[in-house]
Amino acid sequence: MLKILKYSFYDLMRSRWSYVYFLFYLLLGFVLLFLNNDVDKAVITLMNIIIVLTPLIGTIFGVMYYYNSKEFTELLLAQPINRSKIFMGQYLGISISLTLSLVLGLGIPFVLYGLFKSAAIFNFSLLLVVGAFLNFIFVALSYNIALSTENKIKGFGYAILMWLFLAVIYDGIFLISLVVFNSYPLDKFSLAATMFNPIDLSRILILLKLDISALLGYTGAVFRKFFGTNFGMLISMGVLVLWVVLPVFRMNLKLRKKDF
Amino acid sequence: MIEFKNLHKRFGKLVVLDGLDLEINKGGIFAILGPNGSGKTTLIKCLLGMVIPNKGDIFFEKKSVLRQWAYRNNLNYLPQIANFPPNLTVLELINMVKNLRPKTANEQELIELFGLKSFLDKKLGNLSGGTKQKVNIVLAFMFDSDLIVLDEPTNGLDPIALIHLKEIIQKEKDKGKTILITTHIMSFVDEVADEIVFLLDGKIYFKGTVDALKKQTNNDNLEHAIANLIAKQYA
Amino acid sequence: MKYKIWLFFFFIFIAFAVSAKQIVVCQSCEVKTIKEAIKMAKEGDEILIKKGVYKEQDIVIDKPISLIGEKDVVIDGNNVGGILIIQTNNFKIKGLKIINVGLSYTIEYAAIKVIKANDFIIEDCVMENVFFGILIEKSKRGIIRNNKISSNRKNEASSGNGIHIWSGEEIEVYKNEMFGLRDGIYFEFVKNSIVHNNLSYNNIRYGLHFMFSNNNMYHHNEFRNNGAGVAVMFSKFTVMHHNKFRLNWGSASYGLLLKEIYDAEIHDNLFEQNTIGINAEGSTRINYKNNTFLRNGWAIKISGACYSNIFMNNDFMSNSLDLAYNSNINDNKFDNNYWSEYTGYDLDKNGIGDVPYRPVKLFSYIVNKTPEALILLRSLFVDIINFSEKVSPVFTPDDLMDNHPLMKRAITNFDTQRND
Repeated sequence: MLKILKYSFYDLMRSRWSYVYFLFYLLLGFVLLFLNNDVDKAVITLMNIIIVLTPLIGTIFGVMYYYNSKEFTELLLAQPINRSKIFMGQYLGISISLTLSLVLGLGIPFVLYGLFKSAAIFNFSLLLVVGAFLNFIFVALSYNIALSTENKIKGFGYAILMWLFLAVIYDGIFLISLVVFNSYPLDKFSLAATMFNPIDLSRILILLKLDISALLGYTGAVFRKFFGTNFGMLISMGVLVLWVVLPVFRMNLKLRKKDF
Repeated sequence: MIEFKNLHKRFGKLVVLDGLDLEINKGGIFAILGPNGSGKTTLIKCLLGMVIPNKGDIFFEKKSVLRQWAYRNNLNYLPQIANFPPNLTVLELINMVKNLRPKTANEQELIELFGLKSFLDKKLGNLSGGTKQKVNIVLAFMFDSDLIVLDEPTNGLDPIALIHLKEIIQKEKDKGKTILITTHIMSFVDEVADEIVFLLDGKIYFKGTVDALKKQTNNDNLEHAIANLIAKQYA
Repeated sequence: MKYKIWLFFFFIFIAFAVSAKQIVVCQSCEVKTIKEAIKMAKEGDEILIKKGVYKEQDIVIDKPISLIGEKDVVIDGNNVGGILIIQTNNFKIKGLKIINVGLSYTIEYAAIKVIKANDFIIEDCVMENVFFGILIEKSKRGIIRNNKISSNRKNEASSGNGIHIWSGEEIEVYKNEMFGLRDGIYFEFVKNSIVHNNLSYNNIRYGLHFMFSNNNMYHHNEFRNNGAGVAVMFSKFTVMHHNKFRLNWGSASYGLLLKEIYDAEIHDNLFEQNTIGINAEGSTRINYKNNTFLRNGWAIKISGACYSNIFMNNDFMSNSLDLAYNSNINDNKFDNNYWSEYTGYDLDKNGIGDVPYRPVKLFSYIVNKTPEALILLRSLFVDIINFSEKVSPVFTPDDLMDNHPLMKRAITNFDTQRND
């Protein structure tokens, strides 16, 4: 697995798109920090971007890599290696290289800015951790879609739809149902609904640090426990890990029966 | 050496292999032929473990290959389409594949033979289709294995490379290797194959030597003999 | 002329020095208890208490004297009742440590209770485990400074206030530290008084609380992590400036709570990381200027009838929501503020954005109706609906806007305002 990982990673790290992605974050980091000079605002803007963009890029990279390397994967499949190792290697290769682009792209400007002395270091690291999680989750999800869809165009379409659903539509439905069922107790429902969408989950994790003053305005014991103690942080992190583990697990399940 | 037993494979409603039985003995060149969609590639992929049969079993050197992977160490495969990670160099690719198998490889000889020396540091994404196919051939032949599976090996090769390919195949055969080839180029089959396996509708329709086929169809030209075979089926 | 004044003071000093005497209290002295000393003392005398623990309650001071503690003087009330009760003018209390005031649900026991007294000083005292700390009734012209008052009560009913003044005038409260109480400082029917440079934190209810108190001023105080930082209710002409309201978190927590108040000036304050920076209800003719609202849940929440308020030159920085409004605009004006969320441009480079800013977002409106929706804060979908509402307002008041939003922060010496 490590061998496959190594070469997928090499391949991707040399791809033009990795550079573009890296440079995008680098530029973003510099612009936000040096033209704005307000770390709080920079972290908020970054959060908005990371939460939408990393899932999109993870999805696209995952699907593209799967379909583009289909023939090479067949060559690998004919080698004396376990199937799941090949795909785990590729999966990790993509996820790690994307995460590296993110961490280096944003890390360099922040380090140059003198982040280590700033109080925002914790918020910023959380942002990177969440971004990394989103990479791993969405590459896994898109690999699942690609593995289940033979047709490249269809697979690509489904993947983008999935992203659109989780990034925008889900929250729309969520918000509308909150407004419609206004008169019922909604605290458990809203926390649960958050858990079922990795983008919302990541957003909540960052909100826990960034907007805790607002979140503590909630009444209701469930909210108080969730936001007022470390409980919320632990649960969210745990569910985020599940969001990586479950798609990876399904990937392996699918692989056992898959024909190439 | 290889034995397919009552092999069934369906893709959705489409039946591709329908209770296929086939035995291939060690040594010699076997051409697997058949019209488009007759299940040639599926058959090979079943052997390679890429396609999982619905029913039946496959034995390689007396052991079932289903859900196994270690047996592939004694098997070389040349895929139909040569498409590699575009940002790796030729050398890196060769090293990677070598890395994946616990065998020694004799890639130098093949690189020389196909004139790939000057391409070693080039990225695979920048190579022409023919050069990629040459790399593909190097990868397939650089290990010393008892079985060699070639899926459309002549794709995009220039005449010189084609001659080299035939030489290599011959050489391997002389070493006592078993070689499975699928192809549409009948002249190539005529030239290299010892035996022909003809697939039709997911079953073995004919298995025997080239001469036996010619004799059976009363046709000296292999191409016509094959056409005759198909025509008879649909008549 | 100057010379004559000095001479005058000199004679007064001599006169006191001659007439006033000092009574020393200590465990090995002739006078062993404070009560005894007070009984002996005459007007203008000074009682000096030496090191030691004095277990006394209900010490009544009824003549103008000074009660001064040396280092390590502890008066322990044994959780029975009140400790010092003062019913005289011209007194001074200094340097005492008073602990363990009794709890009662009917009587307001205090470490120091002052009744109908004028011209007094209470300073350098430490009061621990109190019910009420300093309780002042119907008094004038007092100074309360450098005291440290604390308790550890868990709920509102069983706790008292740190400095509680009921009906007072011209009292100056400064450089005190209060924590673990109900209200750090409580003013009821108090006028012309000043509260400054105090630190009030971890109190169950409010850091500072005004009720029916007019013409007061508080400045340079810090209120941290209280139920609410400061509550100003039913009061007129209150001036609040250079205060810090920080980390007041909870479902009913505010940096500053304004209720039925008129004609106040609120300027140069810092509101940082409160659930609600300022919550205003029925507040009229208030000028908000040069305040900084940093990372609050809601910077300002306006409900009920608020008329003729002016918000100018304030900095709204990275608040989750800038403004929540559930009534009409009522002649309230937002102008020349800096909003970190502002995305407009300044083509003529005059430092003022060319398009107006709308501080009330659609999301803020939704959250007002459905509080649970807050969980979708900063979601892309919310950004999209906010944007569409911004383009064509349907739900939010379309005349509520800052017509001249600043491009740069109004307050440049922000860093001096902030001290951690």
